[in-house]
Amino acid sequence: MNPRKRALVLAVGLLLLAAVPPLAAIFNQPFYLDLLRRIMIFAIAAASLNLILGYGGMISFGHAAYLGVGGYAVGVLAHYGVYDGALQWGLAIGASALVALVIGAVSLRTSGVYFIMITLAFTQMLYYLGISIEEFGGDDGMPLAAKSRFPGMDLDDANTFYYVVLAILVLVLVLGHRLVESRFGMVIRAAKSNEARTRAIGFSPYSYRLAAFVIAGGVCGLAGALLVNHTAYLTPEFMNWTRSGELMFMVILGGMGSTAGPVLGAFALLLLEDLLSGWTTHWQLYLGPLLVLSVLFFRRGLAGAIFGKNE
Amino acid sequence: MNRNILEVHGLIKTFGALLASDGVELEVREGETHAIIGPNGAGKTTLIGQLAGELRPDRGEVRFAGEDVTALPAPARARKGLARSFQITSIYPGFTALENVMLAVQAHAGHSFRFWRKARGESVLRAPAERLLEQVGLGARAGAQAGSLAHGEQRALEIAMALAGNPRLLLLDEPVAGMGAEETQRMIAFLSTLKGGKTIILVEHDMDAVFSLADRISVLVYGRIIASGTPAEIRANAEVRRAYLGEEADA
Repeated sequence: MNPRKRALVLAVGLLLLAAVPPLAAIFNQPFYLDLLRRIMIFAIAAASLNLILGYGGMISFGHAAYLGVGGYAVGVLAHYGVYDGALQWGLAIGASALVALVIGAVSLRTSGVYFIMITLAFTQMLYYLGISIEEFGGDDGMPLAAKSRFPGMDLDDANTFYYVVLAILVLVLVLGHRLVESRFGMVIRAAKSNEARTRAIGFSPYSYRLAAFVIAGGVCGLAGALLVNHTAYLTPEFMNWTRSGELMFMVILGGMGSTAGPVLGAFALLLLEDLLSGWTTHWQLYLGPLLVLSVLFFRRGLAGAIFGKNE
Repeated sequence: MNRNILEVHGLIKTFGALLASDGVELEVREGETHAIIGPNGAGKTTLIGQLAGELRPDRGEVRFAGEDVTALPAPARARKGLARSFQITSIYPGFTALENVMLAVQAHAGHSFRFWRKARGESVLRAPAERLLEQVGLGARAGAQAGSLAHGEQRALEIAMALAGNPRLLLLDEPVAGMGAEETQRMIAFLSTLKGGKTIILVEHDMDAVFSLADRISVLVYGRIIASGTPAEIRANAEVRRAYLGEEADA
């Protein structure tokens, strides 16, 4: 698919997303507003994972950690009566980036299976930390006292919140696209493609990978802040390892190393989940084989199937 | 006599019971093409690994441009001007030929914590990369995926990447390995255009390439340099003939 056609497809997709709130209002189906908002929040998280997994080749099996840290940043501040959105979301991004810095600094010294296991182990530690804090509801979690507050913007209004999420998604995709095409992006992609060559031409991949890891953590933290506002409930389940797996699935299913991939993956996975769970309580039994088949037959993911080789 | 750009003293590297480098002594003069030859298993690959910085010697010293670089990892040595090619072609197959070389140029163009501007559009990266591709005869292939290039073209691409950043020492690990006769001649002809201007260490099995390019030759056998000298001296050296050249030198 040539760039103009691709731009057209992306524009149409964006318009469709923007048209959801009025359509949901016309057909009196507020449920879809809720569903699509949730999907877009996960698309943001998946896009952040795509940066390190898809472009950087870092198989992080603990990306849900940052959803959790971001969620807790908002939930805990709200718990103590701080509702200021800028402060909450700023803390969500900052704390997640900091946690990513620590996890990345340790785990990026390893590779392969060890890297996967260490990222998983760190996330499990955070998960059990969340469970153990009774003040914040332990493993039951706690309701979010109130949604994040911004001057002149009311997240309690479903449409407003929807457009905020959509705007952030578009921003993340645009910035992410610039990033992977920049000098920085070229280095992390090069290190994924051929580490020995990358070192031989004079790059030390570690610091670039760590920076990518921190950026991905921060963005996913923002997704966590959105998610807790969306569910209005904070729980350690944000950090469950199955969450990390879902995020990986979205990236792989959608197409690793493509801008639109994680969005397509989030839509496909969560829509399927919604569809199948409407039919049967054993929906995971059907989802599993579908995912296996899709990975087998769409080697470049949905993005590869739709946009062709280059995207 | 030119000063030495590279000096290796008492280099020892073991892998378990195997003594891969057994007190290697090597001096490479600025501007010369210095070939390292030796039979299979002589420890050439291990030596190159230690020169490039991918392997740390157990003992001994590597001095580059007057500086002890023994403890420096490969990327730092590359930035100091020690560039290499690999025995088995090592490129970025998913990037275009031009992008491959642009990355190598970028490695020498300051830090890469730049997040916004499209690297592909930067003329400071592009122009030198295009020049290098022209130089190695790949000008017409700039837009091709590196993975789709013919074997000989990929070898040339690697040389172009090594030349980016204007290195002081070029470490070529079997640049004509796996090439046909014609490609080999073309590569030798190209490398001879670099001769004199660049200091080159050439590790090579192909004796045509070695004897037509090298100003001096060092012979590595069982982890030791048993002789260093001009091609004529090496041809005449009895120990070398016994250990390595065999019938080929008698012919």
